[in-house]
Amino acid sequence: MAKCRIGHFAEAQVLQALGVDYVDESEVLTPADEAHHVDKWAFTVPFVCGATNLGEALRRISEGACLIRSKGEAGTGNIVEAVRHLRSILGDIRKLTQATPEELFGWAKTLQAPLELVQEVAGRGELPVPMFCAGGIATPADASLVMQLGAQSVFVGSGIFKSSDPPGRAKAIVEATTHFRDADILVKVSRGLGEAMPGDEIETLDVKLAERGW
Amino acid sequence: MKAGILALQGAFREHREVLDALGAEVVEVRLPQHLAGIDAIVLPGGESTTIERLLGTSGLRGPLSGVLAEGLPALATCAGLILLATEVRDGRPDQDPLAVIDCAVRRNGYGRQRESFEVPLDVRGLHGGPFPGVFIRAPVIERTGPAVEVLAEHAGDPVLARQGALVVATFHPELAGDMRLHQWFLNEVS
Repeated sequence: MAKCRIGHFAEAQVLQALGVDYVDESEVLTPADEAHHVDKWAFTVPFVCGATNLGEALRRISEGACLIRSKGEAGTGNIVEAVRHLRSILGDIRKLTQATPEELFGWAKTLQAPLELVQEVAGRGELPVPMFCAGGIATPADASLVMQLGAQSVFVGSGIFKSSDPPGRAKAIVEATTHFRDADILVKVSRGLGEAMPGDEIETLDVKLAERGW
Repeated sequence: MKAGILALQGAFREHREVLDALGAEVVEVRLPQHLAGIDAIVLPGGESTTIERLLGTSGLRGPLSGVLAEGLPALATCAGLILLATEVRDGRPDQDPLAVIDCAVRRNGYGRQRESFEVPLDVRGLHGGPFPGVFIRAPVIERTGPAVEVLAEHAGDPVLARQGALVVATFHPELAGDMRLHQWFLNEVS
């Protein structure tokens, strides 16, 4: 998986020509376009895009994203934003399933998302593509938390690489994701991992990456 | 019919939705005790190295090999096939498949993600027209042993095969929007 900047379709073309498996149109890179994302339908390589709420997720899907990752706040080791974004997306999906047909027109306006996608999500009770969770996962228990909240898998970057034992922690988080409902296994895999990456307070950040994306 | 699905990593949820729709009682298998009492098992696609390692850490590797050797019917798709093959080509040096179906498989045999494709398949004995073949970074079966019966081919290579109660596919029937292969597996094989 390789990252391109938001809206940088030429960068995405280069990555596709390189033969990467996925392109992540990612807010952790400085955006190339302040109004538009890449038209992902123009590509054969699959795209993953970040989202902080249901409207953002559905806009990305309408542009052709085939995998959504809840953004969290990348590089912080702080899980609170990941939880906020997951709860927002999944909570609004639950509300959509209870809405009447005429209320869905209002939801489409509120979410700034295509009506057809809003209706589809209301019918299915889930996004039409898989959703992973990213941004702030630093411990096996963090992975279990977001899986129990409803993520279908997790992305972990700095939570592994900035810990004191990256290989051991990576293995532990993979096992915690597979056995996310089994607290006994969580205990077992969490032992002897050394120091987790130090967490940042979100309020102290100069730039909030999750706010990038339109 | 109680059907287990190996749920360590990969497309287990999509298989589950098909088996649920067919009325099977479904058990997600993550630990050895979950194998108890199942009549068949599905080994889903995913990332074969990851699944293999999780078979080791979960303690499932030995017990799963045991029930397969005793004849538990299995439907293995994509990475699931790689887990069961006797020989894996282009694998990692430490790749160590369960070696219960006599064939040689090349990982990512058609190329990378963007070389994924869909093609209709003529499946021997399956009524109702061609089956939609969804190939995602699929492996290629390059050799089959004498005990293996080939049930469908694409471009001259086997894509669906059977050795006794073991059925293997290089494609993803759980993503086809067509439940005939799962139905056939539950009715005819199990």
